[in-house]
Amino acid sequence: MLKQMEGSHAVAQAVALCRPEIICAYPISPQTHIVEGIGEMVKAGEIVNCEFINVESEFAAMSVAIGSSATGARTYTATASQGLLFMVEAVYNASGLGLPIVMTVANRAIGAPINIWNDHSDSISQRDSGWIQLFAETNQEALDLHIQAFKLAEELSLPVMICMDGFILTHAYERVDIPTQEQVDAFLPPYEPRQVLDTHAPVSIGAMVGPEAFTEVRYLAHEKQMQALELIPKMAEEFMAIFGRDSGGLVRPYRTEDAETIVIAMGSLLGTIKDTVDEMRDAGVKIGVLGITSFRPFPLDAVRQAIKHAKRVVVLEKTFAVGIGGILATDVRTAFFGIQMNAYTVIAGLGGRPITKTALHELFEKAGRDDLIPLTFLDLDWNVVNKQLARERQKRRSGPAAENILRDVSSTAAHIS
Amino acid sequence: MNKPFAITLDPGSSLANHTGSWRTERPVYVDRLPPCNSQCPAGEDIQGWLFHAESGNYEKAWQHLTRDNPFPAIMGRVCYHSCENVCNRGQLDAPVGINSVERFLGDEAIRRAWKLVPPAAETGKHVLIVGAGPSGMSAAYHLRRFGHRVTVYEAGPLLGGMMRFGIPKYRLPRDVLDAEMQRVVDMGVEVVLNTKVDNILDTMQTGKFDAAFLAVGAHIAKRAFIPSGEVSKVVDAISVLRSMEGENKPMLGRRVIVYGGGNTAIDVARTAKRMGAEPIIVYRRTRDKMPAHDFEIEEALQEGVMIRWLSTIKQAGDTNITIEKMELDASGFPQPTGEFETLEADSVVLALGQDVDLSLLEGVPGLEVSDGVVKVDANMMTGQPGVFAGGDMVPTERNITIGVGHGKKAARNIDAWLRGATYVAPPKHQVATFDKLNTWYYADAPKTVRPMLDIIRRQSTFDEVQGGLDESTALFEARRCLSCGNCFECDNCYGVCPDNAVIKLGPGKRFEFNYDYCKGCGMCVAECPCGAINMVPENN
Amino acid sequence: MSFQPVKFYQTGTFTVGNRLLAPQERSVQANMERTNSLNSGHRACQGCGEALGARYAIDAAMHATDNQLIAANATGCLEVFSTPYPETSWQIPWMHSLFGNAPAVATGIAAAIKIKRQKGLKDDVRVVAQGGDGGTTDIGFGCLSGMFERNDDVLYICYDNGGYMNTGVQRSSATPPAARTATTMPVGPQPGNVFGQGKFMPAIAMAHEIPYVATATVADLRDLEHKVKKAMTFRGARYIHILVPCPLGWGSASQDTIKLSRLAKETGMFPVFEAEYGELTNSSKIRRLLPVEEYLRPQKRFAHLFGKSPAVATIARLQALADKNIRKYEMLDKEAN
Ligand SMILES: Cc1cc2nc3c(=O)[nH]c(=O)nc-3n(C[C@H](O)[C@H](O)[C@H](O)COP(=O)(O)OP(=O)(O)OC[C@H]3O[C@@H](n4cnc5c(N)ncnc54)[C@H](O)[C@@H]3O)c2cc1C
Ligand SMILES: Cc1ncc(C[n+]2csc(CCOP(=O)(O)OP(=O)(O)O)c2C)c(N)n1
Ligand code: SF4
Ligand code: SF4
Ligand code: SF4
Ligand SMILES: [Mg+2]
Repeated sequence: MLKQMEGSHAVAQAVALCRPEIICAYPISPQTHIVEGIGEMVKAGEIVNCEFINVESEFAAMSVAIGSSATGARTYTATASQGLLFMVEAVYNASGLGLPIVMTVANRAIGAPINIWNDHSDSISQRDSGWIQLFAETNQEALDLHIQAFKLAEELSLPVMICMDGFILTHAYERVDIPTQEQVDAFLPPYEPRQVLDTHAPVSIGAMVGPEAFTEVRYLAHEKQMQALELIPKMAEEFMAIFGRDSGGLVRPYRTEDAETIVIAMGSLLGTIKDTVDEMRDAGVKIGVLGITSFRPFPLDAVRQAIKHAKRVVVLEKTFAVGIGGILATDVRTAFFGIQMNAYTVIAGLGGRPITKTALHELFEKAGRDDLIPLTFLDLDWNVVNKQLARERQKRRSGPAAENILRDVSSTAAHIS
Repeated sequence: MNKPFAITLDPGSSLANHTGSWRTERPVYVDRLPPCNSQCPAGEDIQGWLFHAESGNYEKAWQHLTRDNPFPAIMGRVCYHSCENVCNRGQLDAPVGINSVERFLGDEAIRRAWKLVPPAAETGKHVLIVGAGPSGMSAAYHLRRFGHRVTVYEAGPLLGGMMRFGIPKYRLPRDVLDAEMQRVVDMGVEVVLNTKVDNILDTMQTGKFDAAFLAVGAHIAKRAFIPSGEVSKVVDAISVLRSMEGENKPMLGRRVIVYGGGNTAIDVARTAKRMGAEPIIVYRRTRDKMPAHDFEIEEALQEGVMIRWLSTIKQAGDTNITIEKMELDASGFPQPTGEFETLEADSVVLALGQDVDLSLLEGVPGLEVSDGVVKVDANMMTGQPGVFAGGDMVPTERNITIGVGHGKKAARNIDAWLRGATYVAPPKHQVATFDKLNTWYYADAPKTVRPMLDIIRRQSTFDEVQGGLDESTALFEARRCLSCGNCFECDNCYGVCPDNAVIKLGPGKRFEFNYDYCKGCGMCVAECPCGAINMVPENN
Repeated sequence: MSFQPVKFYQTGTFTVGNRLLAPQERSVQANMERTNSLNSGHRACQGCGEALGARYAIDAAMHATDNQLIAANATGCLEVFSTPYPETSWQIPWMHSLFGNAPAVATGIAAAIKIKRQKGLKDDVRVVAQGGDGGTTDIGFGCLSGMFERNDDVLYICYDNGGYMNTGVQRSSATPPAARTATTMPVGPQPGNVFGQGKFMPAIAMAHEIPYVATATVADLRDLEHKVKKAMTFRGARYIHILVPCPLGWGSASQDTIKLSRLAKETGMFPVFEAEYGELTNSSKIRRLLPVEEYLRPQKRFAHLFGKSPAVATIARLQALADKNIRKYEMLDKEAN
């Protein structure tokens, strides 16, 4: 059924259709609308046999989820940014214990300075946590990925994080196709836990493991993610069969066939990139896009296949590893093993900074001329940066950088207006 | 379940980890000797029989008790219960009323006609016992249990010895005495009454006895020289008390002077009181120096017996006596003061102790007599092989329980001797001293006091003075036992072990250590209320 | 007394068992068929009070729930000594997640059980969460308070050994004043843990007005079992705080674990009581009141108080704390005195 609705609500609907049993909720923008929506449905009796728990922190949210999932209940929670960091210890724990929890991360920057707007720093910070991380490009895909996520998680006994851009997707009203309950039921069987706290078959879950077995345990976690590499495309096919939609999968190549330049990115940004690419293709530029849906496991082979014929890749990412540069770019480079490739890392959209088509055009053209430096900060205001650096060189105690910058920015803004 | 590797484990799998290897010391269950048992002259396993009484299984308790002493109803009345003096509970509140529970069991047994264990298969050996007092009858009982043929020769007309002809009825009712004597006879003991053995070797030879146990007691009253007039009536306590058993009650008059400070003096004075007299005990030292037990003195005083301490009789006239006041010297001996007093007296009863009539032993080779008593070795045998002796006639403190103990000990030795062996007593356990106990666990429980007959009847009748416990009070009293040194299945060790290294074997079967897991922390030892666990070094 | 003690059967109800009692009146631990929820082979130190307390409590809970019990465990000694790969000592469904989240994990378990029962599960499965004092009063405090406040159907059991023992005896907010720990060394002008800090979790639990709060020690098994069983008669959040001596951390002899628990109560250092919906309903009376020295002396963590010149003033301050407990929690039997 086609409906115009907010992205958060679309996700709430999708989760509701998956017959969740436990929802743990803690407010943080821009995730809040999702759990609010689910909470209302539970309270109204629209979702039956489901417990909606208002916890006291994200740490508790994930911990409750760990308990319920280990007891065999289909469990869901959502968070973002600071909330995700607040639950980190439990995030690692959930995957370490192999619990198929599904969590939405409405991607948002991490402070300080505190910032509620979108980038991917939060999810990406958890790239080594052992969770599967799938990035949605559109609200429809976000909705679809949640349905796939439960199935994937439960088949592998691994938690899955669905990453969707905060505000850009969560708060955007778009038309989405809401599947029927029958469709979802046909796709997603009831949860059959691999391990469960059962009074009739007691086990101890969460043993302390020493050097004698720890490496094996970690390797097996990796192995599971490798299995996910095979399972994710299969699941997309099954999804297609039932829902008639091409959603999910590992990567999404777009006009890459003969591309000399391939832009690699994740999430909603792909839409803007595709528009730009379309325009450049119209202008005869051999450029394509590779969207990464599955960031963890990282589809090295698929990436390699998609880019091997190109001359260069531009990795455009909404994250930034201070002190080195790109994060997605580093992973992409791992796919180059044995091939010669020019790769450019572009950091963009941090803390909600708009990424305009104009800027992208300029960027891609430069890339096409191999005129880019290895690490580019899209739209960085050098003026502001240099002023602050100069201040700091002058005086050791120059005051908080953020405030100084704000002063500079607003004076700049005053000039503009 | 296809469980995740290493993270999810099967229940209880730690049993594979034998933590017993950590141990440097190991706990072991022990049985220590309770002080009461250690003290009991008859060698009763007091804690052992109380254990059964505690659960209300009185018959089992009685059976357990009578393994050592066939006379609980008698003991429960006249034994001086030195066991109670050493009872560890005495250091907590008051000793367990062992004696009163014993009496309860004895009385129950009589009331319910419980049977002693039948004798073992007949051995064909024949043992002579001379004297049917407590010692002789105890030996008869034990020898019969071994399966020996036993014949008791008794000079008097009835069984019981001094228990019948000394101890007054108000302390030991005769039906009780009869019942417990008869029970031994019923085991197949042959009794020949009114027959005094004059020559032991002759009697043994004539009767073809294989061994003999002598327990003739001490019946010859000691005399003291008191200048006295023609008509003054001076008699000895033993004959007074003995004649109480016959038809002709003694004629002592109204004003009776009893001379002496032992239990016999008290008994005779109290007897006189009950016959309507006004007895006065004259004793040369102070109350605390009196050999009589203080509770007996107290009871006598309650009944109206008067006592003149620090006095000796100087002269006995027709209707009065002269006494001289004494005072104690620095070393506690009474010294005359030269102060005299006259007391009215219809008669004087001497209660100055007894000697043994050793005439039946004359001419027996190897026999050693000193201080008027017969010497025996550690096995109760006299210098004459096959002739054993015990009770008042051997060097000992004189009381019934010691006599009973001698009877038991002699029986065991006679049994061994008849087999050409020597009896070796099993080694004694270490005594369970107070410091071995963890008394926290025992609930507070004051001692139960036995009822006493009202004073009027105590002064005018021979009804039993001290009552017994009833079922509930006896049970309570039994349960005051701390079970010193012997597991009473409180489950503490089983419960407090942090390593579940104690295996409970079930009711009556006690416990076992599982040394595979015991880490040797010692908690079970520390928390055993009764000290029934010992910690010993691990020898690798 | 939290339960009707047997007035006099030789040991009354002081000992673990009492063969003179009717079987139904006997303790769970006296039972030959007790579950031994925490089985042999665990790696707790010799004489560990926590190992003992855990078996006491969980066996009682198993008994009360007809073996329909699931446990969540915080990180700490109990977890480490019971479940090092490849062996576990637990015989019940048990889960360890993290140090500070046991109450929340338990909430999740309870919620899942609730849904399973809605969907037809017949067994009335109940949930306990357990942890050390560090896991409870410090790092797990937030999750615990949240669980209390939501009144989730969880019994939380804190095994209080007065410090972070598993990491080598550091101070927690449950470490008593003056006690030596690795982070409150007996040096300087105020040796040992300072006065005027710390918190008493049972009182905080009471402030949440949850259905049931109780304290207990491993010295009084009957009382402990009674409280666990009673806790299981309530629905909603419940809290039991059990004092468990730690020979390693306290510097006490391994055989003194129970003795010290006993002394903690008899001196007033640790009040033993029950509360329902925030109100004190019962307190165990001191049987033989003793000065705090009796409790302090056998523990090396207080050894610095008893050197050549005893720290009289410090001991007096500890006595004052005990006296306050005695007053506040009505530890003396007024009728008996
Ligand atoms: C008045 C009095 C009160 C006492 N009260 C107590 C008391 O309360 N508690 C206590 O423990 N003790 C008491 N005693 C002491 C106790 O009675 C004796 O220690 C005990 O009876 C000694 O036992 P026995 O078997 O050695 O000798 P006896 O009891 O004296 O028995 C010896 C028996 O041998 C018989 N006999 C003697 N010679 C011969 C022979 N040649 N041939 C055949 N038979 C012979 C005697 O007739 C007698 O029956 C009391 C003693 C007296 C005198
Ligand atoms: C988040 C976190 N911080 C610290 C630790 C380290 N740690 C593990 S156990 C423990 C001490 C546990 O103390 P307590 O809860 O009192 O239990 P005990 O070991 O004393 O029984 C600490 C500090 C940890 N595992 N996780
Ligand atoms: S603790 Fe109790 S059960 Fe164990 S040996 Fe001692 S008395 Fe017997
Ligand atoms: S309590 Fe257990 S571990 Fe400790 S010594 Fe006794 S049996 Fe051994
Ligand atoms: S350190 Fe303490 S709490 Fe930990 S196992 Fe040892 S005794 Fe038990
Ligand atoms: Mg602790």
